[in-house]
Amino acid sequence: MEYQFHWNIVFQKMPELLNGAFVTLHVSVLAMLLGIVIAILLAIAKMNNSKPFCYVATVWVEIARNTPALFQIYMAYFGLGAFGIHLSPYVAVLSALVFINAGYLTETFRGGFQSIPSTQYSASKSLGMSSIQTYRYVILPQMLRRIYHPMTNQFVWSILMSSLGILVGMSELSGTTQRLQSASFRTLEFFIVAAVMYFIITKLVLFGSSLLSRRLFKGEI
Amino acid sequence: MISVQNVHKSFGDLEVLKGVSLDVPNGEVVSVIGGSGSGKSTLLYCINAIESINSGKILVNDIDVHSKATNKDKLRQKLGMVFQQFNAFPHMTVLENAALAPRIVKKMSRDEAMEIAKKELEHVGLGDKFDVYPTRMSGGQQQRLAIARALAMKPDFMLLDEVTSALDPELVGEVLETLRLLAEEGMTMICVTHEMGFARDVSDRVAYFHQGVIAEIGEARQVINEPQNELTQKFLSKVR
Ligand SMILES: Nc1ncnc2c1ncn2[C@@H]1O[C@H](COP(=O)(O)OP(=O)(O)OP(=O)(O)O)[C@@H](O)[C@H]1O
Ligand SMILES: [Mg+2]
Repeated sequence: MEYQFHWNIVFQKMPELLNGAFVTLHVSVLAMLLGIVIAILLAIAKMNNSKPFCYVATVWVEIARNTPALFQIYMAYFGLGAFGIHLSPYVAVLSALVFINAGYLTETFRGGFQSIPSTQYSASKSLGMSSIQTYRYVILPQMLRRIYHPMTNQFVWSILMSSLGILVGMSELSGTTQRLQSASFRTLEFFIVAAVMYFIITKLVLFGSSLLSRRLFKGEI
Repeated sequence: MISVQNVHKSFGDLEVLKGVSLDVPNGEVVSVIGGSGSGKSTLLYCINAIESINSGKILVNDIDVHSKATNKDKLRQKLGMVFQQFNAFPHMTVLENAALAPRIVKKMSRDEAMEIAKKELEHVGLGDKFDVYPTRMSGGQQQRLAIARALAMKPDFMLLDEVTSALDPELVGEVLETLRLLAEEGMTMICVTHEMGFARDVSDRVAYFHQGVIAEIGEARQVINEPQNELTQKFLSKVR
């Protein structure tokens, strides 16, 4: 028997899908911002070699980078639940994404930082610049250029990975799609539309990011 | 005047400067020659306090460089330095490179800083490169940019560390020409160099460095053409 497509029901539910997409974007942006802040601290801890902090940072990075995202989300939702800490699906997914983002970005930041040749510091110093001025005008702008694309990729990854929210009943785009399709049995239609929406969101993010990079980075690197 | 007085400097167990003394009065150009690892670069780094010293004293305009009370950022404004490696700021145009320090260190207005930067860039023959990014330029142009960037701070002294050694042979001339121009204008300079012709013709005095001490120092022509010290003779016969 041939599958009959019925798109009407999908369009009727568009507001709910859009709302789901908004939650997806919301959780990814937040996971990115928090991930960046923590990654900066972890990167500093790793580079300072101060024993306890360095150890924590290393363990964090290793676990985040070498275990599946699915496992992180389950740990945050069911794992912590077993210890009486009950996170909402949103917070569980957010925590897992922050955990992973911070792990990956730590290495990105550390690499970006270490890729600036030491001669840039001596040159700045010899011109009478203070350390703060050296970082503000010479080191960080160059570092930002080098970490910009890896950061964009991490953001796109977060958007796509937040779809694992479906597993803990979060009402982001995938979770919403799941709920709507099981109520209407229009499985294929709903998932096709959701996939198209993911595609559009990530393409828009990449487009916006490249526009911004052209404004920010006029020089070559 | 730069006055280096019996300076000792070690990196861990390795003593690199073993009692170096050198006075450079204003307006004088001193070239420093010597074998690899003899401590020439280290001496320049000690003079502008990028490296600390273990004992002795360095005075710049009668200010004790390594005294705790000295504001080192301020002191370095008087000491322009150019390095062997290219180190233009790659994210800024040539003009922004030269205007940055006057603007943020000397707190000049943007226009004022640009004005000075343009003048110094023209000075070194980069008047047509203001809006170019340094990575697009030849090594010789990048070194001239580094010279202009240092000059834009209106330093009293220039410290030059083998600024032509990383250059292709055909680009050495344009940079040396720029330095010769500075010398003629009366800039006080200490030039670490492997260019014996430059040392002989442009500098007033030449110092020969050997294993952390100045083995011979004297009038430029005399040291290069008729060195008195056996070590200097040996070194010069090898580089010729
Ligand atoms: N930051 C440092 N830490 C440890 N050792 C150093 C450091 N800088 C220089 N040295 C050592 O000090 C010695 C002198 O180095 P320096 O760079 O002053 O020599 P140089 O005369 O400039 O040689 P070259 O002609 O090769 O540039 C070398 O043996 C070098 O390995
Ligand atoms: Mg050297």
